[in-house]
Amino acid sequence: MDIFGIPIQAFLGQLLLGLVNGSFYAMLSLGLAVIFGLLGIVNFAHGALYMIGAYVAFVALDRFGINYWFALVLSPLVVGALGVVIERTLLKRLYRIDPIYGLLLTFGLALIAEGLFRYWFDVSGQSYPVPALLEGATNLGFMVLPNYRAWVVVASLTVCLGTWFLIERTRLGAYLRAGTENPALVQAFGINVPVMVMLTYGGGCGLAALAGVLAAPVIQVTPLMGSNLIIVVFAVVVIGGMGSILGSILTGLGLGIIEGLTKVFYPEASSIVVFVIMAIVLMIRPAGLFGKEK
Amino acid sequence: MKLTKISAACALAASTLFAASAQAQVSGDVIKIGFITDLSGLYADIDGPAGAEMIRMAVADMGGAVAGKKVEVLVADHQNKPDVAASKAREWFDQQGLDMLIGGTNSGTALAMAKVAAEKKKPYLVVGAGSSALTNEQCSPYTIHYAYDTTALAKGEAPAVVKSGGKSWYFLTADYAFGTALQTDATNAVKAAGGTVVGSVRHPLAASDFSSFLLQAQSSKAEILGLANAGGDTINAIKAANEFGITKTMKLAGLLMFINDVHSLGLKATQGMYLTDSWYWNQNAETRAWSKRFFDKFKRMPSSLQAADYSVTQFYLNAVKAAGTDDGDKVNEQMRKSKVNDMYAKGGYIRADGTMMHDMFLMQVKTPAQSTTPWDYYNVVATTKGEDAFLTKAESKCALWK
Amino acid sequence: MSAPDTNNTIARRSRIALWVGLALLLAAPFIGLYPVFMMKALCYAIFACAFNLLLGYTGLLSFGHAAYLGAAAYATGWLVRSAHLPPELGVLAGTGVAALCGLVIGLIAIRRQGIYFAMVTLAMAQMLYFVFLQAPFTGGEDGLQGVPRGKLFGLIPLENDKVLYYVVLAVFVAVFLFIIRIVHSPYGQVLKAIRENEPRAVSLGYDVDRYKLLAFVLSTALAGLAGSMKTLVLGFASLTDAHWSLSGEVVLMTLLGGMGTFAGPVIGAFTIIGLQDFLADQVGSWINVIIGAIFVVCVVAFRRGFVGELLAWQQRRKRP
Repeated sequence: MDIFGIPIQAFLGQLLLGLVNGSFYAMLSLGLAVIFGLLGIVNFAHGALYMIGAYVAFVALDRFGINYWFALVLSPLVVGALGVVIERTLLKRLYRIDPIYGLLLTFGLALIAEGLFRYWFDVSGQSYPVPALLEGATNLGFMVLPNYRAWVVVASLTVCLGTWFLIERTRLGAYLRAGTENPALVQAFGINVPVMVMLTYGGGCGLAALAGVLAAPVIQVTPLMGSNLIIVVFAVVVIGGMGSILGSILTGLGLGIIEGLTKVFYPEASSIVVFVIMAIVLMIRPAGLFGKEK
Repeated sequence: MKLTKISAACALAASTLFAASAQAQVSGDVIKIGFITDLSGLYADIDGPAGAEMIRMAVADMGGAVAGKKVEVLVADHQNKPDVAASKAREWFDQQGLDMLIGGTNSGTALAMAKVAAEKKKPYLVVGAGSSALTNEQCSPYTIHYAYDTTALAKGEAPAVVKSGGKSWYFLTADYAFGTALQTDATNAVKAAGGTVVGSVRHPLAASDFSSFLLQAQSSKAEILGLANAGGDTINAIKAANEFGITKTMKLAGLLMFINDVHSLGLKATQGMYLTDSWYWNQNAETRAWSKRFFDKFKRMPSSLQAADYSVTQFYLNAVKAAGTDDGDKVNEQMRKSKVNDMYAKGGYIRADGTMMHDMFLMQVKTPAQSTTPWDYYNVVATTKGEDAFLTKAESKCALWK
Repeated sequence: MSAPDTNNTIARRSRIALWVGLALLLAAPFIGLYPVFMMKALCYAIFACAFNLLLGYTGLLSFGHAAYLGAAAYATGWLVRSAHLPPELGVLAGTGVAALCGLVIGLIAIRRQGIYFAMVTLAMAQMLYFVFLQAPFTGGEDGLQGVPRGKLFGLIPLENDKVLYYVVLAVFVAVFLFIIRIVHSPYGQVLKAIRENEPRAVSLGYDVDRYKLLAFVLSTALAGLAGSMKTLVLGFASLTDAHWSLSGEVVLMTLLGGMGTFAGPVIGAFTIIGLQDFLADQVGSWINVIIGAIFVVCVVAFRRGFVGELLAWQQRRKRP
């Protein structure tokens, strides 16, 4: 049986692949959405942090024999700490002025990071092996799905939903949201807002690093891996609505699926379909799908 | 008044600084060789700083002087920007008295520099870039395309693969000029050798995920998956192909791959793959001896481009010696009369359209068990003569070669 | 120095400085400055000035401005090379193409403000970049090569670097004066008002979106002019002209030189182009680190840029 001219087996296969990619996009945009949604900072260094996260995992394995599962925890911690340092030393000075400067600062940081890693590591990249537990593939009937990809879906969706729940439904999340909306008042209640902001930024960076570790076994770990993806990630966050975490998650998933279908019917356009969608969404709903007009 | 004085002083200081650095250096007694390539970006490993070192080594091996004149090597990073490459080339020709320009990786920069060299009437020898336009639509009397081009890669690979049993092909092509050129050349070569092309899919440049395209390739049931892309795309595609088990049912044929790519992927992922190159370090005793010198410096084996950098430098300097001068036109003429016989190529010569005719080799990547020493990655499966690999007169659109 | 006159004194000094700068540029080929480098720098200076009109005077950060430079570069390149248009028509057409792109993208983007606006312009520019990558006429990765310089108005041959230099200089001066004119005009005053406090400008009855859109289109047109001129100077158009890293560089040029000043972007452009050129011989991948470091330092400690800091220092000195 054929759908739109291709066999239904192939169609389902592409759909599933789209879902895999979508969950990855959602995971990747999560850190960005958290930082922007709560702190109003456009973290252009997100792509670089994702790259650094992957490299931490690589170096951990290559030099210290630390395996993938530990790297999943270690890398976000290391990169999160880096984020905290950046926030304390640099970003903190920019809160009271135009947010554009935050964007430019993180842009500069991304350039520095990329340049440094290009110097330290080969540009052609390093290979990171799939962890032994997840090797191999499962035959689903309509396609063969590598086990690792299935794991990416599970891990991404879990982290995404967990983060959303933490921020939107728990007391800690409420403090975070209140603290960033009206710091003076919340601080008057005795809550240490600057520390919360610092940890939020660090957390967002950690999420980027986590995405990097998840990506490492799939794509070559290169210094350029972040800059290739960063603009797509921004588009996802803009479409979802820049204040909304749920928006980014759902958009990421949706984009993965739409991109997957585009790859079948008009593959050349699959890299710009996200921008086309963004243009359309912005015409109809300027604040994004789930965004709040500020 | 102070600001005027300050600004005037700054202006004066700046202009003296510039003027000093812009002093035209007379080339009368020095032979200046320039090398503009990607020193830090995507192609830095296959050519890059190591290639520059090889040029210097070639000069040193010839005693550092030829025909009574000292030889000097200038190196610059074009950062993969044709703007920077062309401006630097222009500046060197105008201000530094450059005698010869060696072109590094990235076709856009190579084409831009070719125009500059032609305008300044100086020899321009391209090593790193692969665009066949350099000797085809955009051929020039001053351009020599030394190492490889996309046509040679396709024609050096496809027929040999078809002959060894890979008759049906499916192409995974990067959707830009280079990928299209590779696919077209390879398709023609496959069909000419009696094979069939079952289908193709074009992916956007720098796509991070190839799973979808590979799935389509697999459902085509072709025997060979031709990878008409380069660099990071090829590497990611190969990784994904292994992950999805594509390599169990299809053989991969990389249309532009270097030994550095194989090294970074590892033999487990690349074993059994086909690829074409102009040179391999482990081909014979001569190449091994030369490569050992490279290995001692860089702790890795040279790519074909780095070997070509060495060879092209000596080729030029020998022509200077034979012509007795570093005059651009005279040396250019001499080079087109000379042969290339060194560790890089045997019986090589320059054709009317500027191509350096030499053999291309089809390699197959060894299995991990077959590889005995580090970097021992290839079996040389077939040799294609230059006349069969590069563009033929009938196909050529070069105005110089009619 | 007596206090009451000091603002006029500062203005007078600035004018003198500008005249000195012009004199320097006029004399450049004769004092040993390499014409091709100067022309390249002047083109990017036009680009930075165009960008500054949008960022420094209207307060809009367009983060994909290179797309317009690239669009015009390709348009002019193709028209002059393949359609055999004379250079002045090619440049005009290129500028027009860039303005058109600016109009379309501006219409989509102008509905958003601040950061959102920047993000949208970035994404739209990426889309344009992919169009350039895949369209056959651009030559893709190979670039659009072999663009002849031709004869200006059919009379003045442009092959000679020195001749072309004065043409480029003339265009640059024209753009510079044009921008000064715009900024000092009533329209420019409204733009400044929008930059300072947009809601108040709206409450005063100005159709803010239309003003912003016009500024955007002007800025993209001038950016296109820079691209067209550059194609003539170097003889080709390539993907680097439309890549987002160039968009980032022009932000840096403007920031480093001094946002919202006239000479700032020019100085910023010359500095960055000079650095890149000079460092091409030296440093390899460190160029990115250096540019990134300059960005960080500028944003954190040097926000007013060279000219801005100079002006602020003079202002401080006038207090008794």
